[in-house]
Amino acid sequence: MTGKAQTSPSTRKGRTSPRGGTGSGTGTSSGGRLDVDALLDDPATRIVVCCGSGGVGKTTTAAALALRAAEKGRSVCVLTIDPARRLAQSMGLTELDNTPRPVTGAALDGGSLDAMMLDMKRTFDEVVEQHATPEKAAQILTNPFYVALSSSFAGTQEYMAMEKLGQLHATGRWDLIVVDTPPSRSALDFLDAPDRLSSMLDGRFIKLLLAPAKGPARLISAGFGIVTSALNKILGAQVLTDMQTFIAAFDTLFGGFRQRAEGTYALLQARGTAFVVVAAPEPAAMREASYFVERLAGEQMPLAGLVVNRVHETGAGGISAVDAESAAQRLVDGSADDDRTAGELLMIHAERMRVAAREERLKRRFGAAHPGVPTVSVAALAGDVHDLDGLRRIGDLLAGDGV
Amino acid sequence: MAQSTQLHVVTGKGGTGKTTVAAALAMSLAGQGKKVLLCEVEGRQGIAQLFDVPPLPYEERKIAVGLGGGEVYALAIDPEAALLEYLAMYYRLGRAGKALDKFGIIDFATTIAPGVRDVLLTGKVYEAARRRTGGRFTYDAVIMDAPPTGRITRFLNVNSEVAGLAKVGPIRRQADSIMEMMRAPETRVHLVTVLEEMPVQETIDGIAELTSERLPVGHVILNLVRPSVLSGVSQKALAAGSVRPAEVASVLAAIGLERDVTVAEALIAEGEAHLERQRLQDAQREILDDCGRPLVELPLLSDGIDLGALFELAEQLGDLR
Ligand SMILES: Nc1ncnc2c1ncn2[C@@H]1O[C@H](COP(=O)(O)OP(=O)(O)OP(=O)(O)O)[C@@H](O)[C@H]1O
Ligand SMILES: [Mg+2]
Repeated sequence: MTGKAQTSPSTRKGRTSPRGGTGSGTGTSSGGRLDVDALLDDPATRIVVCCGSGGVGKTTTAAALALRAAEKGRSVCVLTIDPARRLAQSMGLTELDNTPRPVTGAALDGGSLDAMMLDMKRTFDEVVEQHATPEKAAQILTNPFYVALSSSFAGTQEYMAMEKLGQLHATGRWDLIVVDTPPSRSALDFLDAPDRLSSMLDGRFIKLLLAPAKGPARLISAGFGIVTSALNKILGAQVLTDMQTFIAAFDTLFGGFRQRAEGTYALLQARGTAFVVVAAPEPAAMREASYFVERLAGEQMPLAGLVVNRVHETGAGGISAVDAESAAQRLVDGSADDDRTAGELLMIHAERMRVAAREERLKRRFGAAHPGVPTVSVAALAGDVHDLDGLRRIGDLLAGDGV
Repeated sequence: MAQSTQLHVVTGKGGTGKTTVAAALAMSLAGQGKKVLLCEVEGRQGIAQLFDVPPLPYEERKIAVGLGGGEVYALAIDPEAALLEYLAMYYRLGRAGKALDKFGIIDFATTIAPGVRDVLLTGKVYEAARRRTGGRFTYDAVIMDAPPTGRITRFLNVNSEVAGLAKVGPIRRQADSIMEMMRAPETRVHLVTVLEEMPVQETIDGIAELTSERLPVGHVILNLVRPSVLSGVSQKALAAGSVRPAEVASVLAAIGLERDVTVAEALIAEGEAHLERQRLQDAQREILDDCGRPLVELPLLSDGIDLGALFELAEQLGDLR
């Protein structure tokens, strides 16, 4: 799907670091093929993060990589976010207790596979319970500000995904953890969310709100007086009280949160971590993948490579779109069933050739802009992937084993 | 008499075509000579990208004219700007408004304070839908490119969100009036989906959720539908596995495409994949046939979406009434 709509990246609202600068195109050079098996076989690989924009197949890729690694004998945990219902069922993800459960049916050869689905609110609650006294935790958990923050704040899911990854890693129970990332509007959100959240909770306003409760009254500036009275007017007096309670209760947790966020961040930069960027062969997704690759480099986060998911291939490349189409025109008008069927097959082929050419162009452009990035294409299956066999097939395609 | 103009809220799973459909609906109504406001609320500048114009400010701008003499205005609603506008309008809070900003409180209120952001975003839509010029509504219709299905009920149901927060005061009153408009007979919430398992399931869940909150569900729009190329005869033959590579190869040879059997096999495999995809599509459509809402289909336009494509989709979409 190409279109005008997508050709103006300059209109994109970005608050984050270096984008643009997509290189000058170094011809056809590329980083070669992404060797998934080498990545999964390497015992030094401890964390694989699958990232990319929404709807490109991150969850499927993460699950397929995890299954493949487990069937190679590794002890693996996969953290998924919002898997399709049938896929979730086939992986035994029916109990939503926010802890990993063994996946049955994997052909294990000394390896193991556990899977879990992230429950963001629960993860947040657990962090609060772990860090606050029981009374304080109770106070926080029922506060309307906390409820909103933990269930609907944009970014909380990303934050909690990273938090959960940190927790799983800390247990030391698995030698490989594969993580899916939330279906953000922008693939970069999960890198930015923790920081945004903590700077929000650490902001000036919050300090001021806390000041009356803690320090001498002179800290309350005249300006702040106007602010609070305006707030009281608009929201009603109860709100400010709720807000102060929330912040006072949360204050003791700030340090902990910051530290944890920093710890997870360091984990993402660590040696055993590998990022796999997933994209669909469409302009918007490939552009997002470009941003991501640049950003990871900027953050010194280790990129394993790019997976271009759902590409259309053909075994009849010798018949061009134009030839197929003109032949089809002649055949479908014929009266013989055989001719009509062949004509229709040629029409399908013509469309597929066009799609394939468009996808190829996008991949080439990406390769020219990011010559060092190993890439692998995964063919679009006709149906959904909803069971372990489907995941195995994707795993084979990822590893280049053909269908 | 109606308190507000026609309001179309367009939701759907991410990436299924909400923005495209909202814009096509705007073009369709403008084609009937109507004056339409197309709003977005997620700070994405999706409308500007689609119409290939510079980023939209917090200001209603004409971005297109319909073939029928109607007009499309667009507005990117920004919660911070909306809050400042609101404060200025109702409280003449010029200076204090600035002070709020300085303390980071605008940021706080529009980001963490439960429901406030949504009240502000929907509040602006509310204002535009009720606005009158010379005794009649300023716009014949307001269309909102809304948040995705997973969040839509919560987003529209601003009342329940602020209920836990503001029990009295203007924000609460504002929330009450917004709710009234959302449930008014002039309002419709449309759901865009593609014919795949997850989005269809989400659509059905979404309809149930909206309905249980008494929010009026309009049409379900099936987007990116792939046209079927295969005739009944070919479908049957492919399904039965009775299309022989040798026969296909000989037909190809007869019209000058000298090809061997492996090429014919590849063509058959492509046909089978097409058929299977078509079947999955049909199965999902059948599920939606029972959802109790009218369905409208939009084709996958393989050359992408430009203004011409929007006109084409607009025509197929109709006015969703
Ligand atoms: N009928 C169609 N034919 C071809 N392409 C389409 C069609 N509808 C939408 N698209 C394309 O699909 C992509 C997603 O569409 P769009 O941006 O409207 O989705 P959205 O639901 O608004 O996405 P988001 O959740 O990211 O806001 C765009 O590239 C758009 O051009
Ligand atoms: Mg959109």
